[in-house]
Amino acid sequence: MIHAVAAVAAVALSAVLVAVFPRSILVFLAFQASLLFVYVSRIPAWLRGGLLGIALIVLMPLIGFFNGYYLEVATQVGIFAALALGLNIVVGLAGLLDLGYVAFFAVGAYSWAIFGSPHANLIFGGGFPLAPGWFYVFLLVGLGVAAATGVLLGLPVLRLRGDYLAIVTLGFGEVIRVLANNLDKPINITNGPKGITPIGRPPVIVGIPYNEAFYYLVLLIVAVVIVVNRRLEDSHIGRAWEAMREDELAAQAMGVPLVRAKLMAFACGASFAGVMGVVFSAKQIFINPESFTFLESIGVLAMVILGGMGSIPGAVVGATVVTVLNLQVLKGFSLWLNELKNAGVTLLGYSLANLPTQLEPAKYERMVFGVILVVMMIFRPQGIFPARRRQRELAQAKRDAAVVPP
Amino acid sequence: MTALFDARAVTKRFGGLVAINRVDYTLEHGISSIIGPNGAGKTTLFNVFTGLYEPDAGEVTFRGRSLVGLRPDQITALGICRTFQNIRLFANMTAIENVLVGMHTRVPLGLWDALTHRPHFRTVEHGLWQRGAELLERVGLRAKANEVARNLPYGDQRRLELARALASEPALLLLDEPTAGMTQGEASHLMGLLRRLVADLALAILLIEHNMRVVMEVSDRVTVLDHGEKIAEGLPREVQGDVRVIEAYLGRRTAARNPHAAP
Repeated sequence: MIHAVAAVAAVALSAVLVAVFPRSILVFLAFQASLLFVYVSRIPAWLRGGLLGIALIVLMPLIGFFNGYYLEVATQVGIFAALALGLNIVVGLAGLLDLGYVAFFAVGAYSWAIFGSPHANLIFGGGFPLAPGWFYVFLLVGLGVAAATGVLLGLPVLRLRGDYLAIVTLGFGEVIRVLANNLDKPINITNGPKGITPIGRPPVIVGIPYNEAFYYLVLLIVAVVIVVNRRLEDSHIGRAWEAMREDELAAQAMGVPLVRAKLMAFACGASFAGVMGVVFSAKQIFINPESFTFLESIGVLAMVILGGMGSIPGAVVGATVVTVLNLQVLKGFSLWLNELKNAGVTLLGYSLANLPTQLEPAKYERMVFGVILVVMMIFRPQGIFPARRRQRELAQAKRDAAVVPP
Repeated sequence: MTALFDARAVTKRFGGLVAINRVDYTLEHGISSIIGPNGAGKTTLFNVFTGLYEPDAGEVTFRGRSLVGLRPDQITALGICRTFQNIRLFANMTAIENVLVGMHTRVPLGLWDALTHRPHFRTVEHGLWQRGAELLERVGLRAKANEVARNLPYGDQRRLELARALASEPALLLLDEPTAGMTQGEASHLMGLLRRLVADLALAILLIEHNMRVVMEVSDRVTVLDHGEKIAEGLPREVQGDVRVIEAYLGRRTAARNPHAAP
């Protein structure tokens, strides 16, 4: 009972605080922390689901009215959560270390960018951009194209494992980026480093502001991705993936067809990235190869590892932590250091205003991020929410020896 | 009528080493054993039979169907399953999940079923779990169904591997040193279990075993390998008295001095 009251109070209080202090990053962090608190607290499932639902469906868009940037952050978190969940299948469940995951994201993004902008006229002559409604069709097109790309990557690397596989996927990611960079001749497909713009925005239901509608779209996709992830994990397919991760040879000897299972893992993981790529390009209106660098792949991998490999809540929390850290905490930290510097604060008799430009606070961001990762791996290598083996209810040896799957 | 399992002139080389040299092996029902000194090629033979290695020469058939060139998972689907000498469980999965992976080739579901979760999927999945629990019951691990395999004691891990192999509904079960590291009591208990399996499930079992007491007690037929060649085959007591077998185990001079010693 006390848990329930505390959970409700935490969400309500932090939401009100955000409304009162819309500029304070700390208050918004408190709101996020309250959601995490609701997730881990011992309350009935309906209350937990209800609170999270209200917070994400009602409160978050309302917060967006007070500070639009927060909604932007939430949308970004959603996009990266879907990416992390996709990579979680490949790396966490199937144990195939993929360092070029962002390639699938790029493939999805370019598929809508080309046809959703006037750019396609350069290739096909005329008739573009497609009507905005096509965006929703392209969610499926992005899914299909990325899944096919996943199979394409999977085929040559089937015999590789571990380090070798990682190197090849890294190369694949770079190949896709370099292709995007150079496919402006002889036929201008990607417009090279200049990128493609303006990319069509999806039409939304009348009456809902565009940003809110877009947030809902991302939320819906993430929800679908989570359901798909869970169903795969709780099926013979998910078990085959995990068996492959644990011992490839034994898995094959027990009847798991490795080729099929690996290709399916690559295709499933890639398809999520493909869908989010389409969403991303519509959100940004402009994309160029710079959005799909190796660092992005590593970022998504960091989310999966930080959250806990093979764990669905882990992937979501990892995506939230990394995104919020990058967009808000580290930015806020830099701003604060800059303020100190500009105010000429002295530290141990040394005026921060004399700091050489090489040591500008904005340059610490990545360093702080790196330090956090290192510390995390030393003290909690299994991640924030490690994958837990679900304890199944096993009706004790009655006559039918029934086992109840969840 | 063709034999259940038949290998003809199987040869496997690793570089210059001939690990298996023109071995013939025919198998019907009941429990058969392969024995031989270390390095005789017993496990290599298993790996050829289960498709982990492709033979350099020879033919392997199961129920009249050639196995040469098939992948291990295809061979498992046809009805041959195995355990490993150095236990190879899925360490971070629970006991029952290990068994469920063993059923993979018998699951009549696809990707679409898993995604849509339609009633058919749930019924089938429920059946799988039920059968998994029954198999664990059979090997005496029912109470440990939810334990992570890594945390099980050694003897339990061996029995879990057996349950996992049984889950694929094999007609022929290959066990690579199933009693290794077990006490004599545990080993006898396991052999009792194997005999019951043969009786209940109409199963053929092929053992690699070093524990001679176990081999002589349980086997209907014993085959002796040495340096990749079959040197003797027959009823346990026939093999026991074979001079070449004693030579292989003890060396020529000892064998000459003591022609009736058991290997």
